[in-house]
Amino acid sequence: MTERKISIGFPGAQKEITVEVPEGTPPPWDLKSAHTVVGTDVTRVDGAEKVTGRAKYTYDLNLPGMLHGRILRSPHPAAVVKKVDISAAARMPGVKAIVLAFDEGQIGTKRVRYAGDEILALAADTPAHAEEAIRAVKVEYETLPFVVDLDEAEREGAPQVYKDQPNVKPGRPRGNADEAAKRIAAAAVAVEATFRTQVQTHSPLETHGHVIMPDGEGLKVWASTQGVFSVRDGLAGNLGLKPEQVRVITEYMGGGFGAKFGPRAEGVLCAKLARKAGAPVKLMLDRKEEHLAAGNRPNSRQEVKAGADKDGKLVGIIVRTRGTGGVGGGAGCTIPAIYDFPEDGIYKEEADVHTNAGAAAAMRAPGHPQGIFALEQTMDMLAHELGLDPLEFRMRNDSDPIRREQYKIGAKRIGWASRRNKTPGAGTGHLRRGIGMASTLWYAAGGRQARADVEIHRDGTVVLMQGAQDIGTGFKTAIAAVVAEELGLKPSNISVKTGDTRLGYGPGSGGSTTTPTVAPAVREAAYAAKLKVFEAAAAFFKSKPEHLRAADGMIWVEDGSGAGAENRKSLSWKQACALLPADKVTGSADRRPNTEGFRNTTAGVQFAEVEVDIETGIVRVIKVVAVQDAGLTLNTLAAKSQIAGGVIQGVSFALFEDRIMDRARGLMVNPNFMDYKIAGPADCPEIEPVVFQVANGKNSVGAMGLGESPVIPTPAAIANAIFNATGARVFELPMTPDRVLAALQKKGGEKSA
Amino acid sequence: MSSLPEFEYATPATPAEAAALLGPDWTDTVVYAGGMDLLDLMKERITAPKRLVNIKKCDALRFIRTDDDGALRLGALVTLAEIAASDTVRTAHPALAQAAGLAATPQVRNMATLGGNLCQRPRCWYLRSEDFPCLRKGGDRCYAKEGENRYHAIFTEGEPCVIVHPSATAVALSALGAEIKVLSKGGATRTIPMAEFFLTSSQNLQRENVLKPDDLIVEVSVPGAARGLRSHYIKLREKQSYDWPLADVAVAARLEGATVRDPRIVLGSAAPVPHRAAKAEEFLANKPLTEENAARAGELAVEGAKPLAQNGYKVTLYKVIVRRALMALAGGEEGRS
Repeated sequence: MTERKISIGFPGAQKEITVEVPEGTPPPWDLKSAHTVVGTDVTRVDGAEKVTGRAKYTYDLNLPGMLHGRILRSPHPAAVVKKVDISAAARMPGVKAIVLAFDEGQIGTKRVRYAGDEILALAADTPAHAEEAIRAVKVEYETLPFVVDLDEAEREGAPQVYKDQPNVKPGRPRGNADEAAKRIAAAAVAVEATFRTQVQTHSPLETHGHVIMPDGEGLKVWASTQGVFSVRDGLAGNLGLKPEQVRVITEYMGGGFGAKFGPRAEGVLCAKLARKAGAPVKLMLDRKEEHLAAGNRPNSRQEVKAGADKDGKLVGIIVRTRGTGGVGGGAGCTIPAIYDFPEDGIYKEEADVHTNAGAAAAMRAPGHPQGIFALEQTMDMLAHELGLDPLEFRMRNDSDPIRREQYKIGAKRIGWASRRNKTPGAGTGHLRRGIGMASTLWYAAGGRQARADVEIHRDGTVVLMQGAQDIGTGFKTAIAAVVAEELGLKPSNISVKTGDTRLGYGPGSGGSTTTPTVAPAVREAAYAAKLKVFEAAAAFFKSKPEHLRAADGMIWVEDGSGAGAENRKSLSWKQACALLPADKVTGSADRRPNTEGFRNTTAGVQFAEVEVDIETGIVRVIKVVAVQDAGLTLNTLAAKSQIAGGVIQGVSFALFEDRIMDRARGLMVNPNFMDYKIAGPADCPEIEPVVFQVANGKNSVGAMGLGESPVIPTPAAIANAIFNATGARVFELPMTPDRVLAALQKKGGEKSA
Repeated sequence: MSSLPEFEYATPATPAEAAALLGPDWTDTVVYAGGMDLLDLMKERITAPKRLVNIKKCDALRFIRTDDDGALRLGALVTLAEIAASDTVRTAHPALAQAAGLAATPQVRNMATLGGNLCQRPRCWYLRSEDFPCLRKGGDRCYAKEGENRYHAIFTEGEPCVIVHPSATAVALSALGAEIKVLSKGGATRTIPMAEFFLTSSQNLQRENVLKPDDLIVEVSVPGAARGLRSHYIKLREKQSYDWPLADVAVAARLEGATVRDPRIVLGSAAPVPHRAAKAEEFLANKPLTEENAARAGELAVEGAKPLAQNGYKVTLYKVIVRRALMALAGGEEGRS
């Protein structure tokens, strides 16, 4: 163990700290580290496979003798399953196995609670045969009263989703309601509003599903998942197997956004079918099932009151939220601790309301885009009441050193001072432009369990092995960059194996923590492997391993003279590896816990410019500047891409996406990509991502996660921009033409009144 | 779901062969061209014909030409992409090129044919889902009337079903006074004016047009552009990539100086058929094309609208786009024939 001083934070808020560096591990990267790979634009190591179609996703797999699975789902939002008759289905051509989704003994009493609830699954030789057979299953239902609407489900006497519990399930309130109310009542200005956000489905391009093959007593599984290890453990638990009997592979994954953890019902059914049929079974959900039964972001109704004093300092906020995660929970909306409300001025209560709809699942920053939509519009409303510039108002109430820098950068790039309407809605003509902003924070330091192994072969080949899956974020490339940096090679020189439970344990891809969790273990494994190469090469240099250095594909003795490899005795990487005493050497490392470092959260701000057609209510987002901290960024190209992806999904949530339920029948009317509207190319604004580097010093790498934060502030920034463009505020998502027109009419009415 | 039910398949080489293969009713045989609509309907089991007659090899149905009589003639297999890109169409009838070019996505426009576009079934989400046994599928009610109807018809008086007609080219072709030429199984041809081609839901609850099961659309013709005929089409949509219209309109008129002659104003996505705004046309005829008159025409175009619970906003949209489309007629090259 040696002590070492490192510089963390960012230029302007730099901090020197002393860290302990254990034997055999590298000192942490910090602001002074000179990198050649890390922190540059690195093209994806698997980019060519993806764009040429060579990459095989779970959806693409076809094994010899493979059967096709299909699930029969309840067509009713609430019912008792009285009878299930599979006799005709079992006789249909090609049918090899049928399994119930619940115990046979439950037939007669089994309640289904949403349209899409699983009844049974079957496997047949072709997809068409599977579908025909599903249609031949006869199920007798006793239908029950149901409710699919948030407001209706709260009412006295509403049909109960769960027999022995009320639909409304309050969470633990936080703060002192009376004190907060008192402060707001005494405030110089106060605002009050109700905000609503809609149900958004995850809509990954690759739907949920698996290909599962019986493998001796165990299973070999290809899964479209965010967590190969959770699929392994879930399947083992459900089928009475030991985890080591189940191998789960996810080489490429077509999006998850939080909804793909564990085998879920369809994975367990697929495994049961495979075992029963004694053959591999592919069971991928179709788009309708994906919308109905594969998770969603719950909706919300947020009643907000807030006040500020005459100096423009926040004095209190009261938030009461309700939301429905359908038959599931998790509908809370976060008020992130972005602004400096006095602690006893905050009161918050929230409740989950059950409805007869598919269960919510974690979705890209759960609770945050909703909460920020309300909070950031409230901030703008207060600024408006105070007659303050909304940015100035934030500067008075946000002490975060990173965001204070980011506000300046974003404001400059969007042209806040010159392009924003000083009076909202001040323009002329029917196309009105406006600018708005919103902020974000996220918790993304990582630090869960992970193990990495780096093999260096005598021919110079480097193989990085880590079991976690790349869900499309560029995780593979990020960790390849870390190894390349450590070994003085290029990312393309590193062969990366990920997404396999036979490899070292890796976390599920959630909470923006995969890369920050795994990268330090990867670096330390690479470092350990490198020392073995140095040991082998030390004799050649007549030096000690710890005096060698690897960079630019060369190894030489670092004597402090500053001369480069070209001017001294050196070995190429391959020459050095040829000196290895064995075919290969392996460096391994487990993730060590984070140390204190700079801080646990990341910060971001977004500025949006919109154009509103005030005659039709159609909103176009012209530009979004997104300034985002992701710690010490490993791959700036992927970081910019991740930010852009967040903004696009945020635009889509703000203006288009909506799970629309028919209240009379309790069914979703738009479970497809024609009627469930997702932003297309022409809807995407010009996006200016700004990667704001912060060395966090919490581990040997110092990276932070980036998956979730960029989606959070976009809808709120757009809403505030609409207000700036038109003088009308839209309190409900999605901000469709009908709602924008209604807001404009309301504003017109107020003016003439 | 994604798999198709079983069916027979024939690929004739000529329109006559194709017509000869057509059957006595819709459950028996249907025409298959671009497949943009039909295959979706089959996958969702809204329709399950025993036999598809693929006409894509009938090259005689692939043409865009202007004849000596001045009429623009388009074969049934011409794609929306070809119409949108055709100089002939863009010059003579910009509204038609605009309508074709704003439909769907580039991929769809490359496959979708004119005949198929005119004959596609409505996009009502209740009709399109096998979960809802609606009137048009032989059920006992229109779910949209009391249900989720933000995109449905605003001219609902007397309509048991409140679908909107989905074809954008039909809106333009109605404004341009086009005719549809049909070949029947027996070899006879007949010509149907656009105004008589589509059926409201009060006229027919199963079909949206007058075609018989053994009819094949072979050609659409637009009469010779009278000197000074101008046209323009506007589509409003939520998304700017791949979205059905919230409201669309095609206008056509001759301008003598500033005076409007023979105006035609047709609203799309407003009713079960392309909706001719007769009162607005009457008002505008022989008046100068001014912002004020165009706005008044917009008001008159929505007279008689009875919007549903969620689509009152569409009334506002039509007023705006009728005015804008009319003013575009005056506006130089954009609206010129």
